[in-house]
Amino acid sequence: MPLSNEDIVKLKEKAWSIRRMIIQTTIWAGGGHVGGALSQTDILAALYFHYMKIDPKNPGLEDRDRLVLSKGHGGIGLAVVLAEAGYYKDELLKDFNHTGSSFGMHLDKLKVPGVDASTGSLGHGLSISVGLALGAKLKKASWRTYCILGDGECGEGSIWEAAMAAKHFNLDNLIGFLDRNMLCIDGETEKVMALEPLTDKWKSFGWNTISIDGHDFAQIGDAIEKAKAFTGGPTMIIARTVKGKGVEYMEGKAAWHYGGLDSGMAEKALASIDRAYGKA
Amino acid sequence: MAETGLTYTVYDADHMTQAEIYGAVLTRLGGERPDIVALTADLAKSTKIGKFGEKYPERFFNVGIAEQNLFGVGAGLALAGFTPFISTFAVFTSLRAAEQVRTDICYQKLNCKIIATHSGVSFGQAGTTHHCTEDISVMRSFAGMTVIVPADGIETAKAVAACCDWEGPVYIRIGRGFEPRCYENDQYDFQIGKSIQMADGSDLTVIACGPSVQHAVEAAKVLKAEAGLSVRVLNMHTIKPIDKDAIISAVHDTRRIITAEDHSTIGGLGTSVAEVIAETGKSCLLRKLGIPDQFAIVGYPDDLYNHYKIDADGIIEAANAIMGTELEADEDWEDEF
Repeated sequence: MPLSNEDIVKLKEKAWSIRRMIIQTTIWAGGGHVGGALSQTDILAALYFHYMKIDPKNPGLEDRDRLVLSKGHGGIGLAVVLAEAGYYKDELLKDFNHTGSSFGMHLDKLKVPGVDASTGSLGHGLSISVGLALGAKLKKASWRTYCILGDGECGEGSIWEAAMAAKHFNLDNLIGFLDRNMLCIDGETEKVMALEPLTDKWKSFGWNTISIDGHDFAQIGDAIEKAKAFTGGPTMIIARTVKGKGVEYMEGKAAWHYGGLDSGMAEKALASIDRAYGKA
Repeated sequence: MAETGLTYTVYDADHMTQAEIYGAVLTRLGGERPDIVALTADLAKSTKIGKFGEKYPERFFNVGIAEQNLFGVGAGLALAGFTPFISTFAVFTSLRAAEQVRTDICYQKLNCKIIATHSGVSFGQAGTTHHCTEDISVMRSFAGMTVIVPADGIETAKAVAACCDWEGPVYIRIGRGFEPRCYENDQYDFQIGKSIQMADGSDLTVIACGPSVQHAVEAAKVLKAEAGLSVRVLNMHTIKPIDKDAIISAVHDTRRIITAEDHSTIGGLGTSVAEVIAETGKSCLLRKLGIPDQFAIVGYPDDLYNHYKIDADGIIEAANAIMGTELEADEDWEDEF
């Protein structure tokens, strides 16, 4: 069933709130991977607030859907989403990055409730997701594994090892999202090390591919529905996104891969997000 | 023929490689433990993990020649509640996929059991690309990793069975071929972290692991017969957590220690023993036998063990040398322990 207008309004509210809190947490943290956290936000919002079976009161629920943030530097964004979902209180994020905190840039599964796998080193998450999906098949369980990949991360050879395996084992309970924001740390992915034709690459590895606008909830919803209905292999949803989405001065800027915010910049960022959601 | 309680007999231990025994034991355990799954990267036959796959094909995953993926997938299966046994050669485990083992498995404290074969120079003819004289050093530096080096086939069986009930990641390192049997039978107590005294002695102690244990036992017999030396031999089958008490007792009782291992002298058993000795603050002579700071030459394993002086001849030579070295008198020796 496609998302209703009401669902989309609800998800937009969530995305607005998550984006604001990413800025707030970046201030608390003294800096953060704000660009990529903002590009993945709508995908995570749709998954955690509509599609995934989860129970924030029982993070270890046996038949919950799993999510592996293979682009682990998006941790600051996932931490905010999990707080918003009710796994823990927002105020815990005040310690983000601080000495001895449970929250570092790359989230630790053993310290942050709701995190299904510790990630951060790129190129690891898809293999872990393949293992989870194989495990679900072996248990004849109905839960799914979602894996969020960065685009720059696709330069890692291990991603393609995992891509081959996911098709080989016909893991139709594995759904990937590729956060295609076109940027890595040193600049445009196509200039640093060309990834295109990226959709064709996934296709040639045997994956069902769906290309969407990663900031359009109707398209995100449709893609998830199609991926869930697809049988016989894994699906990669290639989501065209904008790094820094929602904060005008960050949008499409590689420099905002990681950054700190002074009070003036933070104010500007929050105002920009509010404007984007008609809240100003 | 004594039953070991597992899937093989002492007769088998003389006629099967460590890997073959591992394959047989794992297959047996698979029948008792539905949570066990097995993974390899196109080395089902070489590592013998394929034996499990023949019996339990639905619980066996061959990911092809892709070791990074191998350990990542293993981590995912552990996260899903399974107990993965993962096997490939030692060199690919500890070097090619080191980060997956560290970050995906150890960091998440996952219950993965890694049985790496072809360690040290046991695949001597294959050359440096397939030797692995660094794995103990690498693996013991990973937080939370338990590192075991069984001495022979019987001990391989015991280690594989013991690691099933040991919480957290375990690295078991075995060789490629037939290792001489150290034990008359399996009637001994194998506990992870507890070394085994193969012979008692008061003049010097040889601490060994893997195939060097049997060489040390042989050396001790010769040294007794030919030089009248009383040599203690410790089988340090667990490198981490190491049996500190046994090492401290050896320092106290013999003041002369030789370590022997099919591994680099940097970072392995010898280094682990040296760390414990240094912490005692006692003066103790130590000779580390192993592969020196160089890539090993090509050759048959027994020839290489002889070449690098980690066989009985090499241990005897080192024992005679260390016995000829004077130790400073220490009047407070007894008081300080």
